[in-house]
Amino acid sequence: MSLKIVVLAKQVPDTRNVGPDAMTPEGTVNRSALPAIFNPEDLNALEQALRLKDQFPGSTVHVLTMGPGRAAEVIREAMYRGADGGYLLTDRAFAGADTLATSYALATAIKHVCPNVDLIIGGRQAIDGDTAQVGPQVAEKLGLNQITYVEEVKEVSPLPTSSRGGVSSPLGGNDGGLRITATRHIDGGVETVESPLPCVLTVNGSAAPCRPRNVKLVMKYKRALAPMELASGTSYEELPYADQYGKKAYLKIGQLTTADVNADLNQCGLAGSPTKVKAVENIVFKAKESKVLTGSDNDINELVKELLASHTIG
Amino acid sequence: MTRQNILLPPPGEGMGRGREYAMNYYKDFPEIQFELENSPLMQRIVELKERDFADKDQYDDAPQDFADAMDSYDKVLDIVGDITGNVIAPNAEAVDAEGPHCEGGRVCYAEKTYENLAAMRQAGLNGVTMPRRYGGLNLPVTVYTAANELVSAADAGFENIWSLQDCIETLYCFGNEEQRKKYIPRVCAGETMSMDLTEPDAGSDLQSVMLKATYDEENDCWRLNGSKRFITNGDSDIHLVLARSEAGTRDGRGLSMFIYDKRDGGVDVRRIENKLGIHGSPTCELVYKNAKCELCGDRKLGLIKYVMSLMNGARLGIAAQSVGLSQTAYNEAIAYARDRKQFGKAIIEFPAVAEMISNIKAKLDAGRALLYQTARYVDIYKALEDIARERKLEPEERAELKKYSRLADAFTPLAKGMNSEYANQNCYDCIQVHGGSGFMLEYACQRIYRDARITSIYEGTTQLQTVAAIRYVTNGMYSQVIEEMLNEQQQCADLLVGENEGYLTRIKAMDEKFNACIATVKEAGNDELHDLCARHLYEMAGDVIMSLLLLQNAVKAPELFAKSLQVYVNLAEADVERHNSLIKRMTTENIENYRQA
Repeated sequence: MSLKIVVLAKQVPDTRNVGPDAMTPEGTVNRSALPAIFNPEDLNALEQALRLKDQFPGSTVHVLTMGPGRAAEVIREAMYRGADGGYLLTDRAFAGADTLATSYALATAIKHVCPNVDLIIGGRQAIDGDTAQVGPQVAEKLGLNQITYVEEVKEVSPLPTSSRGGVSSPLGGNDGGLRITATRHIDGGVETVESPLPCVLTVNGSAAPCRPRNVKLVMKYKRALAPMELASGTSYEELPYADQYGKKAYLKIGQLTTADVNADLNQCGLAGSPTKVKAVENIVFKAKESKVLTGSDNDINELVKELLASHTIG
Repeated sequence: MTRQNILLPPPGEGMGRGREYAMNYYKDFPEIQFELENSPLMQRIVELKERDFADKDQYDDAPQDFADAMDSYDKVLDIVGDITGNVIAPNAEAVDAEGPHCEGGRVCYAEKTYENLAAMRQAGLNGVTMPRRYGGLNLPVTVYTAANELVSAADAGFENIWSLQDCIETLYCFGNEEQRKKYIPRVCAGETMSMDLTEPDAGSDLQSVMLKATYDEENDCWRLNGSKRFITNGDSDIHLVLARSEAGTRDGRGLSMFIYDKRDGGVDVRRIENKLGIHGSPTCELVYKNAKCELCGDRKLGLIKYVMSLMNGARLGIAAQSVGLSQTAYNEAIAYARDRKQFGKAIIEFPAVAEMISNIKAKLDAGRALLYQTARYVDIYKALEDIARERKLEPEERAELKKYSRLADAFTPLAKGMNSEYANQNCYDCIQVHGGSGFMLEYACQRIYRDARITSIYEGTTQLQTVAAIRYVTNGMYSQVIEEMLNEQQQCADLLVGENEGYLTRIKAMDEKFNACIATVKEAGNDELHDLCARHLYEMAGDVIMSLLLLQNAVKAPELFAKSLQVYVNLAEADVERHNSLIKRMTTENIENYRQA
């Protein structure tokens, strides 16, 4: 049994360490002031995919990301950890996409490059938008089941024969003959759920952290580049170690435009985005009241009680 | 009413946790990268290790040329720096507190040790120096040494467990092809190793090893019976064991080397020692009950050939471990001194504190320069030795092998002894910088102080490093190296502008004193006096050689080394004078006073 897995990943500005210049005066994110990183929960998603690949030899993991040329970095980072390759979805027509247009683009690309996908796994949400909408929308657009807030994939196993046939899916490499069991994070506990494959998972940040980069894979893939990353007008033949790109296909990272995936331009980018940002305001936190505490046992006990009551701790 | 701040530790942090300054133990300290990249020997090392890049079309991870190899080394160490900074260092305090325990004859590591091992295995950082055909990374010893230093800076106890992988080097050199194919891929996949040498009555004196190896005719294999003590990581997957195969013998010539595979069973852990430091590393007492094993190499060469090779590798490892500890001593000391305020200012602004920190840095940089110079010598001779297994060496290659093999033999005990003593001094000063807080079990400085203590003891005490090194003092080997280095510096005198020229003159004067002392001791012709003065001559050699190495570094990268050069040469000059004075006063006539009944 082998699985075809697509991991959805996004390159995001590192909003965890913001400085004073993190926002532009217009209220948008100042991307040049923040380092671009692999969206943290997408790394959790990648780890779940790689564990399945370890468990079922012959399985493949490909990363799909939408963004400018430099976003190919997340594909390389995933390859350094064990992904087989990836696709950079890049086109001016994709720019300005909200979650609806993004999920349209991703779903269209998956149908194009991996029509028999078994599992699509993404992070719960990206730290630049915090919407948690893209994964679920991709599932809807592909007509697939979805399991959100996943903590851990417990098992992939054959469906009992009795439940076969009831599954109809537009995609599916294993004839709908497999099911997945996963735990998902819910308020106050975890829930174990099961779904036939193919399906979409979104993985929570509380899931296992991603494995480190592997040194052999880094040495193997360090020169991998997407065409968009080359300086304009240059080709692979003009790069240092040009012969390597001819010999090793994996050094050329896949790249897709709207035309490559037959995307409907009206549903892409700004044109396909019903979300309009009216205004962005800075929020200034102001303390309403302040309290002075001493180091006495009584004061400390009172504070602990208060914090417990407000669920700040505990 | 006093106002009190309520300080909660950041999420996920326990109280009293060691401070974290660096998220990447490699990238944050540019001195390490400098040491890797700034030696003319590096090109030769890579050519030899890569056999002129013969693997480039066969293995996806093999480099295409020198620049490509250097780029890969940098990337590998970046990963080590990341894991050490973000996994191993944050785990160090918990591992130190929990330590391993023994259950049913097996070692259970501290919980976080398993996490550390998993991270290193997933990153593929095992079998680092082994050839690619066995699943290894084929990296030079110099790069492995850097990785070792980084792991030690994060957790010196874990460094023991991880770096015992270099026992495989001995199996690779002396085992047969069948053994190589059986064991090396397993080590590359993350299985651990140990070297079972010490016994209750055989510590420094390994000739007294009594563990019995007998040939089992019926099953056509060897069997081990007896016990071993103080075995680091003694419940490892693959052991190299020194045992007496020749019944009736009592010296080193009756000892052979054996491979014990834990999968075969027969060796149990009786107990784990309770130690002052390196708590994460289990030090075991082992019981061998008719344990099946394989002979490694030839009978009777166990101690005289194979253990010597094993120990040389291990000594370089301890030198790296010591440098890692010194780096952490520096990090902890400077961070505390910047932060701690007394008399209205940060204590780093007080010259008495600043001097301690400058001394730590100077000894760290000097010791590190010696460490990498040694590693490069080891690399060239090991690679040539390996090539000699494949084909006959050309005459010039044989000469090169001989030259670097001797240099490695001379420099290894110097690097191990000097760096382990420095690590102890630096960790002592690190606590001193912390004042009373350093004595509390609250800061990381107390852990590294305890961890550092073993470095000048195991794999041969400093006293034994002196024994190993002293012949290179008296036969003029160090003096010759020093002279060559002085000439080299003289030749590029145009680079030696201003101050650096002054350093060269001062180092020459130190060298003259060193040579005069050698002559004095030789002339006395008294063996006991020779042994008494050995440590002083040994340290003088270290002082002069490290001063020269730092001068070379400072000429190329003054922004990194100019301060350390100044501070170190000041220290070394005074130290040489101290030894000079002592040697003058230690004479055949007053030797009596250095004997205690």
